[in-house]
Amino acid sequence: MRDSIPLVSNEQKFQSRIDAEQKVEPKDWMPEKYRQNLIRQISQHAHSEVIGEQPEGKWITRAPTLERKAILMAKVQDEAGHGLYLYASAETLGVTRDELIDRLHTGASKYASIFNYPSLTWADIGAIGWLVDSAAIVNQVSLQNTSYGPYARAMVKICKEESFHQRQGYNIMMTLMQGAELQREMAQDALNRWWWPSLMMFGPHDAESAHSAQSMKWKIKRRSNDELRQQFVDQAVQQAHAIGLAVPDPDLVWNEQREHYDFGAIDWEEFQRVVSGNGPCNRQRLAHHVSAHKEGAWVREAMAAYEAKRRTVPAEVA
Amino acid sequence: MSDQIQLYEVFIRSSRGLDHKHVGSLHADDAQQALEYARDVYTRRGEGISIWVVASKDITASQESDCDSFYDPLDDKPYRHAAMYELPEGIDSL
Repeated sequence: MRDSIPLVSNEQKFQSRIDAEQKVEPKDWMPEKYRQNLIRQISQHAHSEVIGEQPEGKWITRAPTLERKAILMAKVQDEAGHGLYLYASAETLGVTRDELIDRLHTGASKYASIFNYPSLTWADIGAIGWLVDSAAIVNQVSLQNTSYGPYARAMVKICKEESFHQRQGYNIMMTLMQGAELQREMAQDALNRWWWPSLMMFGPHDAESAHSAQSMKWKIKRRSNDELRQQFVDQAVQQAHAIGLAVPDPDLVWNEQREHYDFGAIDWEEFQRVVSGNGPCNRQRLAHHVSAHKEGAWVREAMAAYEAKRRTVPAEVA
Repeated sequence: MSDQIQLYEVFIRSSRGLDHKHVGSLHADDAQQALEYARDVYTRRGEGISIWVVASKDITASQESDCDSFYDPLDDKPYRHAAMYELPEGIDSL
């Protein structure tokens, strides 16, 4: 009898698909909260790629050699492309590019807080490539297995292209560490300033993370903030020591039992301050994006006008 | 063949999580019919879970012969590849 058949809700079907490690694709039914959660995460990721161009882009004209300049330019171009992949992936969820940009400009949508710190010296370009990109890669590798198909596929492509970013950054640090005392000091100073913000990139501790539990259940996130942070610390400490840099954490110690580094407490007040808009460069980063967007309006208008004109003129026979 | 029959390109997603892949083409009167034909012809042995059809005339394609001018492989920029950067001994996680 029809009544005796247990009703399986869309929600249950959806969750069992997730549990079976099947990807969700754009036209599938999905809970509204899953959709909103993904739009939030993917757009935040996209904004980070784009805003992240600012601290690095500033140094293109001041790179110490022509080769370093070409490398940095290629890297910043890659970041712009990664932003595009991610915006396109978010758009498959039914949100428009204009809405996404608008949310960035009104502050409704965030980007990685680390880009609110200034890049003061050339060594910062080394530290950003090495630490910030390494941290991003640790996170992105795990996101290659995220449950939403278009996001997972964008991650695969991004990780492939990103491999040179962290190496060029590390190479800058290594070169400085082989240089004069002033250069070594500059590298150490950059590490001192970028180390803790890099650890903060992984977000609050698991117990305090606002979106984590649901995101793990939906397999949007595959590994917890603390797991990813630990992996990053283990790698980065070894890399720092290999080129003679000291990690600015007096509590850092190898834990034989855990086979991981123990590290000191993160200053979550600083994290909150920067996330909520009061880091050293928040206003500057956003203002720059807003003005670049406004100043580019004529290009978008010209392209639309050209296209409209082309449509009214009969196609020429080649 | 009627005047309006046209060529459609068929793309199939073989399983969730993978991209749609081009598998071939067929003639049909409209997109809906192309979709049904594609199901009949290209998915006879469980090849896929999702089909896209696109009118061939709507595809704008680059030419392989234009390779050099259209997309330079940038072989003169080896620094865009990780392999160019040497690592110190014992460091393999970069």
